[in-house]
Amino acid sequence: MTERALEAALPTGRHRPPNATAVIGGLLLALVVLASAVAPLLSSADPVKPQFSRRLAPPWGLGGTATHVLGTDNLGRDILARLLHGGRISLALAAVSVVIAAAVGIVVGLVAGSGGERVDAMFMRLADVQLALPVIMLAIAIVAVVGTSPAALVGVLALSGWVLYARTVRANVLTIRRLEYVEAAYTLGASDLRIITRHILPNTLAPILVIGSSQFATMVLLESGLSFLGMGIQAPQPSWGLMLSEGRDYLSNAWWLATVPGLAISVVVLGANLLGDGLRDLLDPHAG
Amino acid sequence: MRGYALRRLGQAALTLLGVSVLVFVVLRVLPGDPAKMLLPEGAPQSAVDELNRHLGLREPLHVQYAIFIRSVSRGDFGQSFQYRAPALQVVTERLAATAQLALAAMFLTGTVGVSLGIVAAVQRGSRYDFASTFFAVLGQSLPNFWLGIMLILLFGVALRWLPTSGFESWRHLVLPAVTLAAFPTALVTRLTRSSMLEILGRDYIRTGRAKGLAERAVVLRHALRNAAVPVLTVLGLQIGTLLGGAVITESVFAWPGMGKLVVDAIFFRDFPVVQTVLIFSATIFVLINLLVDLLYTVIDPRIRYS
Repeated sequence: MTERALEAALPTGRHRPPNATAVIGGLLLALVVLASAVAPLLSSADPVKPQFSRRLAPPWGLGGTATHVLGTDNLGRDILARLLHGGRISLALAAVSVVIAAAVGIVVGLVAGSGGERVDAMFMRLADVQLALPVIMLAIAIVAVVGTSPAALVGVLALSGWVLYARTVRANVLTIRRLEYVEAAYTLGASDLRIITRHILPNTLAPILVIGSSQFATMVLLESGLSFLGMGIQAPQPSWGLMLSEGRDYLSNAWWLATVPGLAISVVVLGANLLGDGLRDLLDPHAG
Repeated sequence: MRGYALRRLGQAALTLLGVSVLVFVVLRVLPGDPAKMLLPEGAPQSAVDELNRHLGLREPLHVQYAIFIRSVSRGDFGQSFQYRAPALQVVTERLAATAQLALAAMFLTGTVGVSLGIVAAVQRGSRYDFASTFFAVLGQSLPNFWLGIMLILLFGVALRWLPTSGFESWRHLVLPAVTLAAFPTALVTRLTRSSMLEILGRDYIRTGRAKGLAERAVVLRHALRNAAVPVLTVLGLQIGTLLGGAVITESVFAWPGMGKLVVDAIFFRDFPVVQTVLIFSATIFVLINLLVDLLYTVIDPRIRYS
């Protein structure tokens, strides 16, 4: 779907070669998403129920057995199962947050860009305020007040993400509105809504996809960071950040507890970053 | 220039005012019953009444906000009930530890990030370029809490070279500073590289080389100075990343700074402290970025604001 949206966003009539960075990033990301999506098929172990007789079993090939490929944790739960089920939660939260942040940011950007100078100044000051507070601090404060429900987490993540879209869309609106064909459309009596949906949004789709891809990485980091601090997904639910934090106490005798979930986060973040970089190179050869 | 400075100052003040509204909304409006939140659990009814009166919690919201702003501007951020001391004092006592960590990380970011970026740009396409780009991508993808734990595992548990927690000597600073610096260093490396590449392609660089300037002078005096503006902007914005990153890094390494303070405060539901840390970090961020903006004119004399 991304591919087709991209092609629609690119100027027509020009063909660009596929970008290796984007492809590698996309594949990494797709691999983890797919594995999480079919979690029950890949591991039949229960990700939540403790099994004390099998505590701290090492991964397969490092003294462990193939029953628990990635070993077990301090409560004897299968790490692979927790990893896959945790991935479902982390990835879903990140994806929903990116979509909401993008939707809010696009609307704000459109309003700021086409609503006149005062509205514009107001929204941009609002963005400054958002930028002045470290996201994680604001997030833990909000979560502490309203609770750690998934809805609260999505809200906090989305709140942290709208500014980038708003700034980009606003800048694009201001540029595109001055283009001759858009002015011509105005002169011909096209409504604001028509100008926005027919001219401005299609031309803004490309940078939004780039931001969305990189931001997916940020959201996964933020969610796992919050869970790591104990302010995200709550035990016994599996979440990568929470698994990491639980594994911290077993560094000297069971290093895999903290290592494995961190690797999973890194692969997702790396994939999303590479995808974002690649898309940016593809869409804007001038950008670094 | 003076007009610009004043306008920027006004903007900064406006931003901080906005921050105060946001903090007010999060800690006083969202919870429904702030008196319950701002007092320790099981506080007697007399304390609830006293706080209600003191903060005007029965007044309409705009009056409450006015009271809030008045006390904050007097330096009264409320009492920390975890430490039984003014919240302001509790936070300022932790400021030095965070400043030490953030400055060390900023130093690493500035030196390592800029040097790697220069080398990568000058030796474009070489293995140095490849290696520094690889490290930059890695630095941006490893979550800092995991990086910190892996460093502890390697240098603390396996090799036993460095202490893994605490706040005593410079050796305690190494792992947290590296952990905190990883992300901004990666960012600055990439930015310096692309910024340098752009400048190195300019005509005046060719002219410099043509008239026989040493390559060192071309790169450091002519290219780097011109490439510095975007890099400096991003360094300024990284203050936010450092303050946010300190929350996690300090928790991983038990570093007694503002970041660890705010996490502990949340668990103790010590909201006066949370509120103080939020306002403090935002103020630091806004002031440093104001300074960076004003510094531009010194670094790049072409920038003149009227």
